[in-house]
Amino acid sequence: MNLTLRIWRQAGPDAPGSMTTYQVSGISPDMSFLEMLDTLNEELITRGDQPVAFDHDCREGICGACGMVINGRAHGPERTTTCQLHMRHFKDGDTIDVEPWRAAAFPVVKDLVVDRSAFDRIIGSGGYITAPTGSAPDAHATPVPKDTADTAFEHAECIGCGACVAACPNGSAMLFTSAKVVHLNVLPQGAPERSSRVRNMVAAMDAEGFGGCTNTGECATACPKGIPLPSIAAMNREYLRASLG
Amino acid sequence: MSSYASYTVGEPIADTKAPDGPIEQRWDQRRFDAKLVNPANRRKHTVIVVGTGLAGGAAGATLAEQGYHVVQFCFQDSPRRAHSIAAQGGINAAKNYRNDGDSVRRLFYDTVKGGDFRARESNVHRLAQVSVEIIDQCVAQGVPFAREYGGLLDTRSFGGVQVSRTFYARGQTGQQLLLGAYQALSRQIAAGNVEIHPRTEMLDLLVVDGRARGIVARDLVTGEIRTYTADAVVLASGGYGNVFYLSTNAKNSNATAIWRAHRRGAYFANPCFTQIHPTCIPRSGDHQSKLTLMSESLRNDGRIWVPKAKGDDRPPAAIPEDERDYYLERIYPSFGNLVPRDIASRAAKNVCDEGRGVGPGGQGVYLDFADAIRRLGRDAVAAKYGNLFDMYERITAEDPYRVPMRIYPAIHYTMGGLWVDYDLQTTVPGLFAIGEANFSDHGANRLGASALMQGLADGYFVLPPTLNDYLARNPLPAVPADHPAVASAEAEVGDRLNLILAVNGDRTPDSFHRELGELLWDECGMARDEAGLRRALERIPRLRDEFWRRIKVPGTGQELNQSLEKANRLVDHFELAELMCLDALHRAESCGGHFRTESQTPDGEAARRDEDYSYAAAWEFTGTGTAPVLHREALDFAYVHPTQRSYA
Repeated sequence: MNLTLRIWRQAGPDAPGSMTTYQVSGISPDMSFLEMLDTLNEELITRGDQPVAFDHDCREGICGACGMVINGRAHGPERTTTCQLHMRHFKDGDTIDVEPWRAAAFPVVKDLVVDRSAFDRIIGSGGYITAPTGSAPDAHATPVPKDTADTAFEHAECIGCGACVAACPNGSAMLFTSAKVVHLNVLPQGAPERSSRVRNMVAAMDAEGFGGCTNTGECATACPKGIPLPSIAAMNREYLRASLG
Repeated sequence: MSSYASYTVGEPIADTKAPDGPIEQRWDQRRFDAKLVNPANRRKHTVIVVGTGLAGGAAGATLAEQGYHVVQFCFQDSPRRAHSIAAQGGINAAKNYRNDGDSVRRLFYDTVKGGDFRARESNVHRLAQVSVEIIDQCVAQGVPFAREYGGLLDTRSFGGVQVSRTFYARGQTGQQLLLGAYQALSRQIAAGNVEIHPRTEMLDLLVVDGRARGIVARDLVTGEIRTYTADAVVLASGGYGNVFYLSTNAKNSNATAIWRAHRRGAYFANPCFTQIHPTCIPRSGDHQSKLTLMSESLRNDGRIWVPKAKGDDRPPAAIPEDERDYYLERIYPSFGNLVPRDIASRAAKNVCDEGRGVGPGGQGVYLDFADAIRRLGRDAVAAKYGNLFDMYERITAEDPYRVPMRIYPAIHYTMGGLWVDYDLQTTVPGLFAIGEANFSDHGANRLGASALMQGLADGYFVLPPTLNDYLARNPLPAVPADHPAVASAEAEVGDRLNLILAVNGDRTPDSFHRELGELLWDECGMARDEAGLRRALERIPRLRDEFWRRIKVPGTGQELNQSLEKANRLVDHFELAELMCLDALHRAESCGGHFRTESQTPDGEAARRDEDYSYAAAWEFTGTGTAPVLHREALDFAYVHPTQRSYA
């Protein structure tokens, strides 16, 4: 396949950026999107140009490092991570736009690399169960109903990639935050900190400059792990409960 | 012949610091003997932890909870992305919740035997003892393990054992365990007890007066090179499988932290012990950047075969039953498709080397579910393996319900690593290595679901008390910022980066990495022999010379420069690759993942030579390209009697 790429290039956080056009040829439909960018970068380096910077690591859809807006959609046309998107979903001769996550709370570091450390600070504000090492009772001391454990797991699957924020017209981090709140708040082990957790995490989320939620649902549509949209409603309920309590 | 191959033999390692006495009591005894640091004094001690995976994340959180000041580093943008996150299957623990005869003793026995009798008994026994506490800890953190309808934890079986002791969270156990450690770490970061440095890579170890006193690290965004001092340094930087270029490791996993420590005096043990997983998705072309594992549970119902005739390129459905070779079932009738990982991998290589491999380049074998679908029905197969089938189809665009999967072995774990004593301390005082970065518990072959167990055991439970002892016993005067060792270490790091940038040649870092990886895969991969290893030892220095003539890295060192990061890691990979080949050459026996074709039984199986090689090989660095010194740690098996494995 031969493709035209229009890629956001930005030398640093304060440098102006712009879309730059590149041609790539000999792209195999079996390549992943990142392998296609590898091919471009090999050419750029050989020519002495700066390769396109992008975050990536595991390349099997679980570390959450990769993420770019492809033709206007977070992670591109398939519901998966960018590393698991394959070129067979494009056609020979296509023009593909590639941009970084766009959100005020995710400043651009370089090219397609953004700073998502706001997510870490949200987790640090309450996205944990206080259980210092060595203090745990036997694992079977507290049975957890299977459906509760399954609900916790489905929310714990979040990989922290940031697609939800990038897809949201408001740049909201509600889906990310609610996934962790629900994961921990449904479990008996998470109950003692249930109220402080949701209050603190919502406050941290707001302080980071993420937008509010207007229920457009773009986040859940873009989420490569299928975190369910009702997760946000569940967090709102938890928040209300904590505020009234 | 390369001069590198003529290594010298130094003093054997006589003392591993494990207490004497019955093996069940050694860990208790060690903890009792360990000196303690008064809680009020702990905050005066700074401990550096490099890496935030299962071992590093667990260690950082635990040390901070105990009151130490922790300064922690990861090259990823967030500590949550360490490669432990990608582990699929599960974590072993001797809970015996199934009442199926499991015990600490049995987990200990299985691990020593699975490692083909090349691990240290004291360490393995401790690992088995600690395993039960790990599950308790993780449940308390909210790790959503799979559960039964009664609300209790579910377990499953894994290769090489006959009990059901593997706890799991669907196919994402590593992710869930890592998030548990990451959340505990995040709590300590928010509390100000851990100072976290993401996107910062360790490039050297600071040694002052013979002790590890800090690291030199580069800020990957600004390029700033800075020294961080501490009272002790803990390396939790993972394994070195990426030296092969194509592996199941994350793209940025690398050996630089452990290799730089090795250059500063830490012995490197058993570098040739690498594990090759039999069921990975084959490469689809030269563009391939990494390999993806498919869970080995698939071998429960899939049948592995290749055409009987060489070069038979008909589609699989067109090959009649009597022209197929179900080679594992033929060669190993009693274990069939469920032989251990090393055996299955080597058999696949053999049929491909014979020219009977399938798919692009002939580097693949079929894993066929047609019989299982006929026997159980499509729905039953989908219920068991649906998510894996979907993943396979997403990557290959082939439907495994209709066309057999194609699989091929790939590098995915390294048993070797920095040599550590019973306290997990390296040969540099004050430098500790935990998780995959050390060599300690898996011998020559790791059992499935034991990597997660070891990483968390080291980080949560083993390191904290032994590190305590080191800090309590040793006077550690502050290292002044103007100490000459600081300036020289920083200068060395800066000089190396500048040298790389100055070459301005015509070849990319990846092109060298691919070439090195192919060479290692061919000569130091699934089967090794003397001639091939000697070839590799001649070619690696030539490739290294070519690197220093032709490497091309655009940009500068004062910015985010991913090509520079790659090239810099590659410099260490060249030296490590050389040591791996030397280690493989010197160990003229087969054991676990290390198969020397000269040392096999009449049936073609691995033949250990206990009388000559029942030791861990700990190598001392002497200089780039100059022969290292071998220190042997004799292995004593007082509890598990070494036997030859048989699966026919």
